[in-house]
Amino acid sequence: MSVELIGYAAFFLTMALSFAIICLGLNLQWGQTGLFNVGVAGFVAIGAYVSALMTTPDDPNRFGGFDLPIPIGWLGGSLAAGIVSFLIGALTIRLRADYLAIATFGVAVTVQLAALNLEHVTGGPFGIGFIPRPFAELAGNSLLFSLANLGVLAITVTLLYLALERLVRSPWGRVLRAIREDETAARALGKNATRFRLQAFAIGGGVMGLAGAVQAHFIGFIAPDNYQPMLTFQVWAMLIVGGSGNNRGAILGAVLVWGIWAASAGAISALLPPEQQARAAALQIVMIGVALCAILLLRPRGILGEERMVSRHLGKLARRAAAEPAAPQTDSQGASRAENA
Amino acid sequence: MTPQVVMDGLITGAMIGLGAIGVTLTYSILRFANFAHGELLSWGAYAALAAAGALGSVSGGLLTPIGPFSFGWALPIAALIAVAFTGGLALLVDALLFGRLRDKRSSIIILVMASFGAALTLRSLLEFIFTSKPAYYTKALQIALPLGGGLRATPDQLLSLGIAAILVLAVHLMLTRTATGRAMRAVSENPQLAGVVGIDVRRVVRTVWLMGAGLAAIAGIFAGLLVQIRPQMGLDLLLPLFAAAILGGIGSVPGAMLAGLIVGLSEALAVQFVGAEWRGAVAFAILVLVLLLRPQGLFARPQ
Repeated sequence: MSVELIGYAAFFLTMALSFAIICLGLNLQWGQTGLFNVGVAGFVAIGAYVSALMTTPDDPNRFGGFDLPIPIGWLGGSLAAGIVSFLIGALTIRLRADYLAIATFGVAVTVQLAALNLEHVTGGPFGIGFIPRPFAELAGNSLLFSLANLGVLAITVTLLYLALERLVRSPWGRVLRAIREDETAARALGKNATRFRLQAFAIGGGVMGLAGAVQAHFIGFIAPDNYQPMLTFQVWAMLIVGGSGNNRGAILGAVLVWGIWAASAGAISALLPPEQQARAAALQIVMIGVALCAILLLRPRGILGEERMVSRHLGKLARRAAAEPAAPQTDSQGASRAENA
Repeated sequence: MTPQVVMDGLITGAMIGLGAIGVTLTYSILRFANFAHGELLSWGAYAALAAAGALGSVSGGLLTPIGPFSFGWALPIAALIAVAFTGGLALLVDALLFGRLRDKRSSIIILVMASFGAALTLRSLLEFIFTSKPAYYTKALQIALPLGGGLRATPDQLLSLGIAAILVLAVHLMLTRTATGRAMRAVSENPQLAGVVGIDVRRVVRTVWLMGAGLAAIAGIFAGLLVQIRPQMGLDLLLPLFAAAILGGIGSVPGAMLAGLIVGLSEALAVQFVGAEWRGAVAFAILVLVLLLRPQGLFARPQ
């Protein structure tokens, strides 16, 4: 019993962490840069499909199956999603803010259509199966297998978290927030707002593609139905609940919302007769939608909220200022006031 | 190419155009891309379905088809009820969500995100109430009439086209010739300044929602009458609506209608030459082309 429980907990956490990766990507786009992406599911799907095509064994019924190692697939999926993000960003970022939202929505619709209809590449509505799973040789021992996969996900999320934290605290990340808060001022300082936004959007898209690839290899099977607008919506709920602009919030929100989602889905299938379950599932989505709107109205910061940060060197400055109260102190206050504005 | 493609395209295009007028009005006057607009189409279609069903059960005579059409008097009466209901729904969502966010001076993109949340909530609520099974206003089959030149259309289709044309003309005249229309254009130019000169901005906001939702309800009823009613119908039409609103130029009512017809015709051509399964990608292709070549749209007013 307890072994089953640990096995389930490991499975749950692995799924939650794969959502955390998507959330981290979205946080770079929205939380740091203020770019609204309504097509998250599309970018995740691109990563999943590209990685699946690169790593599955050769299949005479469709294009490819190149039998490459899994890490190469992850890299390829991430790169493909990043390139598509770059192209869509290049098209829309210089225009009005919500044109990007509409265009990304279009990407999600089109990717979904392509996955359904390009049967010779994507397997059509039945999707792609037999995607190689990491530690497949452990599959006999389900507990060990789940824990090994959880380990892979935990390491991936940690590395990604550290990399993104470093990125957003760098001068580059500072420019992103400066543009988000006051584009005119940032441009007056000679920063090319469009180029910085485009970079953030492409990197965020690449992270989403990575998440899609990781998820595909964990489950071993993908189909167009996995990438409905619902997925986009879940990820948004995760980021908003956890606190956009905060990488730890993104991870926390993913685990929390996925927990609520899994628990309510479990309750529905346990408590309701089968003929009522489809309707109850619709109500579950209503619940998440109302929650998202309520958070936007009542607590737009989310649980953790955005961290105030200017530079990682600022802590040292402030400490030095405390030792000898002089000019640097006003400097750091000025900087934090700018961050508040 | 058969002339029939043109007919099919015009009919789809008229539905898209009616919906796109609402999108373009909310976009230019309330200043955000409303992702929940498609759901107003579906709610309008379902409201008419429920009302027509109720009317039919009160008096069976209302269900006997009128003249050459496939539906009885129950549907036109139900359509009026649905227009009022959908308008009320839009006002309710505005009072609960968008209005509060506006009062808090939230950024545009927060409004867009809230509309995205509202869209999913409204759609799933429909699925909960009516289930995802397709529904129809009538089971009657219609014979398409030959119109000459190889064109064929059912009486229902011709009626839809005629009503769409009248509605577009009415909205255009209202915006350009009446005091309410002038107030709406003033708010679209500059809400603060409009408030200063004594225009009741709240009333304008209400008018925009009522007009957008009413037109959406009628577009949804046409879509339900000519195709079928499903909870997903609004979601499927959302991208064509946005593509038409942007192609027509944000804020332009004749532009939205004309662009709706262009999107509809392109979809019909794609079905003919590429395959019906790619229909959904046509709007995206048009959107990309407009953003590349003429991001301000065909009929944009100078900013």
